[in-house]
This record gives sequence, structure tokens and C-alpha cells, in this order.
Amino acid sequence: MTAVAERAAATRSDAAPKSRPVEVKIRRYNPEVSPDPTWVTYTVDAFPTDRVLNLLMKIKGEQDGTLTFRRSCAHGVCGSDAMRINGVNRLACKVLMKDMPDKLTIEPIKGLPVEKDLVVDMEPFFEAYRAIKPFLITNTANEPTKEWLQSQADRDRFDDTTKCILCAACTTSCPVFWTNGSYFGPAAIVNAHRFIFDSRDAGAEERLEILNDREGVWRCRTTFNCTDACPRGIQVTKAIQEVKQALLFRRV
Amino acid sequence: MQSHKYDVVIVGAGGAGMRAALESSKRARTAVLTKLYPTRSHTGAAQGGMCAALANVEEDNWEWHTFDTIKGGDYLVDQDAAEVMCKEAIDAVLDLEKMGLPFNRTPAGRIDQRRFGGHTRNHGEAPVRRSCYAADRTGHMILQTLYQNCVKQNVEFYNEFYVLDLLLSRRADGVEVASGVVAYELATGEIHVFNAKAVVLATGGFGKVFKTTSNAHTLTGDGMGAIWRKGLPLEDMEFFQFHPTGLAGLGILLSEAARGEGGILRNADGERFMERYAPTIKDLAPRDIVARSMANEVREGRGAGPHKDYVLLDLTHLPREQIDAKLPDITEFARTYLGVEPYTEPVPVYPTAHYAMGGVPTNIEAEVLRNNTDIVPGLYAAGEVACVSVHGSNRLGTNSLLDINVFGRRAGIAAAEYAHDAALPELPEAPAVFVSELLAGLLNSTGSERVSAIRTELQNTMDRNAQVFRTDESLAQAEADIAELKKRYAQVSISDKGKRYNSDLLEAVELGFLLDLAEVLVVSARNRRESRGGHAREDFLERDDENFMQHTMAYREPDGSIRLDWKPVVVTRYQPMARKY
Repeated sequence: MTAVAERAAATRSDAAPKSRPVEVKIRRYNPEVSPDPTWVTYTVDAFPTDRVLNLLMKIKGEQDGTLTFRRSCAHGVCGSDAMRINGVNRLACKVLMKDMPDKLTIEPIKGLPVEKDLVVDMEPFFEAYRAIKPFLITNTANEPTKEWLQSQADRDRFDDTTKCILCAACTTSCPVFWTNGSYFGPAAIVNAHRFIFDSRDAGAEERLEILNDREGVWRCRTTFNCTDACPRGIQVTKAIQEVKQALLFRRV
Repeated sequence: MQSHKYDVVIVGAGGAGMRAALESSKRARTAVLTKLYPTRSHTGAAQGGMCAALANVEEDNWEWHTFDTIKGGDYLVDQDAAEVMCKEAIDAVLDLEKMGLPFNRTPAGRIDQRRFGGHTRNHGEAPVRRSCYAADRTGHMILQTLYQNCVKQNVEFYNEFYVLDLLLSRRADGVEVASGVVAYELATGEIHVFNAKAVVLATGGFGKVFKTTSNAHTLTGDGMGAIWRKGLPLEDMEFFQFHPTGLAGLGILLSEAARGEGGILRNADGERFMERYAPTIKDLAPRDIVARSMANEVREGRGAGPHKDYVLLDLTHLPREQIDAKLPDITEFARTYLGVEPYTEPVPVYPTAHYAMGGVPTNIEAEVLRNNTDIVPGLYAAGEVACVSVHGSNRLGTNSLLDINVFGRRAGIAAAEYAHDAALPELPEAPAVFVSELLAGLLNSTGSERVSAIRTELQNTMDRNAQVFRTDESLAQAEADIAELKKRYAQVSISDKGKRYNSDLLEAVELGFLLDLAEVLVVSARNRRESRGGHAREDFLERDDENFMQHTMAYREPDGSIRLDWKPVVVTRYQPMARKY
């Protein structure tokens, strides 16, 4: 054990923190000030252990208080700070500067109306989520006095899709969603999957019918952007495929 | 300004707020106001589980759970409240399962349970499997499940509405009652007055007074701050929990479930040091004891790392499949944020400010107290914002997820039933004046102080002077620093003067709450000249039941000073004894 401890200690001392200047170019937009978006570049000192969110907070705290973005937990579980960082959707609190170049380009996620700077209107996203009936539907006639029984194997079938934090990184990375905002989008399908494959649930038929709609799963072109974008590592495309299969064979 | 009328207004949409909403909206016209979106609330960051004596995997009963909760809280727990919580825990878990929560399962298909700190069999004999869990994202699953059921039930949400003031009115009989809240709509900058028969506070904690914390940026104690400014008391604010295993230097939470699954804390010599501090249950001792032990190892030079300033959480002896199945998120945090591979390397950890045991005093019906005995009719509180007090001076792991479900439910029912019989109270004259003046003051200020600078200095002094170990000297220093920062706060100005999503303005308001609450914490801590639970005084090392087995009640005087008083602890069946593990 001592050897392990020393090895860890050595790793830590190797990572002697040294900061470097980073250029952060941000797409700014505030209709109160101007109808057109502008790019503004800030230079800020970044440590390798800094998250991109730390940089945004430094800019807001020390250089420009008008910079506006959402954030809360700061470690990738609340889903507030999805944004486009150097062209890909990420949570700003999960990207470490040790993995990033000296120049960052930050934009709001695409496909939802921009309200101000990096803040978008999330309502269309949540509307699609609500539309797929994201709650357990059971036959209450035979409800147990204690818990519903479920084998761990049955529980594992939908484990992956229970991880979703509704950050919208997947949906707003989807080219189909960009061109057609009425497409349900990957996040809504992921959340439908979470219930369709839950052995306790009796609402699969209803949900599959909803997803069979013109704007449903068949719009998916399997580009895998969503899977790449998911900060929770959910196999989004696989989940969508499983829903398509269930629709084709009417069997879950 | 816009006006709204409801039977019940719930402030906050984390676990407690949404659990309350599910009950209240069935019975009364209910609105839920949150400064975030519901699914962003910090309940979602809770990891390890929710304890209930289901006895699904081994013998257990709610009386053992009650005893553990009281002993864990170092006998400052109100025992009637702990009994209610531990008894109702069983239905609370079963309710969540029926709402859809995907718990891990036993081979027989029942809800699986695992060990957690301070939870024991037969009054301390050995650790017991009591925590019901969904991998290491139980809080996430609770938050999602409650939100899903709110969607199902068409609960009415006002998202990104920041409540800045509580409204109180005099009833005809002279009694002061809750009459609504005033909120600031982030999207538009508009002020909204909500007139309501009942108000439920479920705004969470105020961990952002500290620098090293597991808390979200949004945990700024707004609910506690709002009632404080109304002259209502705050209870036991000196008791703040430092969770032992925050990622070193960052404070990000690594669940106690890591130790529940067999993880071991080691110092730089590789020694399992908890054997010296808690010989019976070792690494699964309650959090206050483990946090102090860790801080002590570091202080005595046995810390690991180049600066010897942390200890190590060792999971390397656990099978990888067990880590992947039971602890996937926290091991991912170690990889992402520290670049450490928990399969093969121990993870650097150090205590992180985690949870406020104190808060808005309530009784077991979740009614808010205006003093030791009288309630404020129509005002309720549940969850971390409240102090009922089921956690006493130190909360056991998993009991917060339990607290929000049990007392969130109770608050929702009680508020709706009260609203059923009550008339809509008249609003006070010019109800929005306080808020509009507060906001105008910040928007128009030409001072030279920055919000971020003051906040950083506040967090630094709190980490330095009011953390795991405290003395009168360190607390006096914090008090002086806070007084100075409050003067500077009067000169704070912001650069965003707009109406749209003005988070600059919001952060300035939040800082005001943080300064107020930090001051209450420090003043209450100076006055408690003993060591108990999460409050460790190096100048008063022993627990002193004769003088201090009572709750602190802090009141804001009209001149802004703090007056302290005491409130008796409710003792039903457990007399205090020495706390050994």
C-alpha cells in the first residue's frame, strides 16, 4: 500500500500547477443592446486543472460582469452549462484546460432560441421531453403493498438511459434537430427508452405510438453526434436504435 | 409588476420542494417557484442512498435507525422528529419506488441496501445494510423521479423566478401570518408578487459561504436569508457538516458509499488510520468524526501528497466490476478532475463543506417557528433550509434524502390543508417595495467594490477560521472579517444594468445573503463553548451537556445586531451518553 501511496504522491507533484494565458472568444448577444451577435475575445490565465467554467467565471468576475451563462453544480450532474466549445457540445464544468489549446471558441448550443450570450430558451426542449410521457405508467389494479419486484437483469436493461441530466447537449448537436426544430430529438427518445424498457412500466405502446410520429424516431439519421456529445456517456444512438427495433417488431 | 394568487406557493424545486408539490397540488392550487430549472437542483448531486429500515437484506428496524440518528447527531437531535423520520422512511422509499425510481435490486428483486456511515445494527454493534440506492446517483434518480411525477401531475412551475422576499401580514386577531412572496423573473427583470394562503420554503442550504465545498454555485441560502431579514429566527447555524471525502483541492463530493462498499482511508504511510479513532466501525464512523480524524492526520504531518495536505481513499482492493456497478460516477469524477485511476491508484481526498444542519426552525408538521413555541401560521419549511431538528449537530449520511422526502411530503400536505380552511390574507401595503429598493440600490450603485472579490474573501476567511476545527480566536477573526466585508458590500456595484437574464445582479443579491448567514454561523459558533458533532472547538474539547445540550436560536435585532437564545432539545427515550464508535 505504501508504494501505491507514494506513486500517487509522485503523480501529484509532477502536475506542478502553472498557468498560461488563454484567448477565449465568446459569441455575445444581448437584444437589449444590439439585435446582432458579436464575437468578443478575452484573455484569461488558466491552470491545467481549471475547467472551462472557471474561465467563464473569472471573466465574469474580473473583466466583464455582463457575460451571461447558466451554471450550478459545476461537476457535471446538474446539466446547466451545456455549450459549444471549439465546435462541439460540452458541459463547461467537465472540460479541463489541460486538455485544451490556447484558444477557445465558445457559443451557445445550437437549435434553441438564444436569449442572451450563452443562455438559450430551454422550453422547446422540455416540451419534447414532456410529450413522451416521461413517468412510470403502471397497472394500478395489481399494485403491490411493498415495492414492485424487478430483477437486477431487468433493471440493467434501461440503466444507461437513467443517467440523463436533460442538459440538451445531445439534442442540440443533432443536424436533424438543427434543420427541423419540431423533431423530438435524442434526449426525449432517451427518456422514452428509460420507461419503454422498464419491466414495471405498462405505457410502452402509448410512447411508441408517439415516437412513430412524423417528428419521431424515424427522423434519426444515425450520425452519432448525440452519443459523442453526451457528458454522461450514454449510448444515445444505441438507445434510439432499440426504440426503432421495438417499433418495427412491436416488442420490448 | 405582476400579481398572482395561489393557495400554496412552494419556493424551491429540489427534492423537498417537489415532494411537497406532489402532495399540495393534489389538494390545492399550487405554484412552484425556482431560481433554476427543477432538474438543476442540488438534490441531484446526492449519491449514496436513502436509509430506511426495510430489512430487505438483513435484520433491521426503525428504532435502531432512530437511535443511530440521535447518537450520530450527538444528542442535539429532537427525538420526536427523528422517530417520525425513521418510521416514515419505509413508506417514503416505497413511495419513490412506486413513482418509478429505479433502485438497485437484490437477487430476489427487492430494493437492495448497503452500508453507510453511522448506521448500525442493534445500537452500535456493527454496520448494517440500510441505505437504499441507485448506483451512486441516488439523488439524481430522486430528483428525476419527482420531476417526472410533477410532469405527470401537471404541477405548475415558475422556472428561473428568484424569490427575494417573504410577505407577512397581520391577521384581524393580530397574529402575523404568511401572505406570499416577491420574486424576480430572471428572463425579463420583472417583479412578481405572489399572494398565497400558505408558503413552503424549500430553498436548500448555503454551502457557498465556504471556499472548499461540495455545494452548487446556486446554494446561497436565499430562503434562510429572506426569513432572517424578516426578524424570524435561525436555529443551530453553527453546525455545518464537512463531508470527509471531497476531491482534494476541489471539494467535489465522493460518496460515503465508497467506504460503504469497502473503501479504506489511508494516510501517507498507508496506515488505515480510522482504526485508531473509531475501533469498532472504523471508516464507517459518522462524518464529523471521520472529517476530524483526517484533518488531524494532516495536521500531525501524516498527510499525503507533495504538500502533505490530504489523505487517500483506497478502492484498489475492490473488484473492478463492483466499482463499475456501484460507484461509476464518483470514480469518473476522480478520473476527470484529478486524473487519478481509482482501479489502481488511491484517490486524494480532504473534508469539504457539505451540509447545514441548522436552518429555519420548524416543528414536526413542518410549521415554521417564530420563537421557541409559537408558529407563523401559513409558513412551512422542509429540507436543508429547515431545522426540525432530525440531524442535531451532525447529520448521518443518507438522512438528507430521507429528510426531504419525509418532511417535504409533510409540508405539502400541511400547507394544502391549512390553505383549505384559511382565507387569502391581505397583502401588506406596497408589498414589492423592499425588493424594488434592494434591486435599484444595486443597479444604481456607483461604488468600486466587486462581488467576486468580496465573495472570495468571505469564502477564504470561512475556510481558514470556521472549518473543521475552531477556536474563539479563529471565530473572532472570521467575525471581524465578515463585518469588514459587509461594509465593503455596501459599496458593491455591478456592470450589467439590463433587465434580461441579469445574473450579475443576481450574484450581488446572493452575496448579501451569504454575508448575513456567515455572520450568524460564526456568532452562534463563538457562543457554543463546547465541542459537539460538527462543531469542534479546540479551546473547549468536551461536550458539555449541562450547559449546552440545547439548540441555539439566533434573532436579528432591528439595528442589525444578532441576539442569541436557547431552545430545549426534545428527549423522548434516549438519554445522552458518551459517543464512541
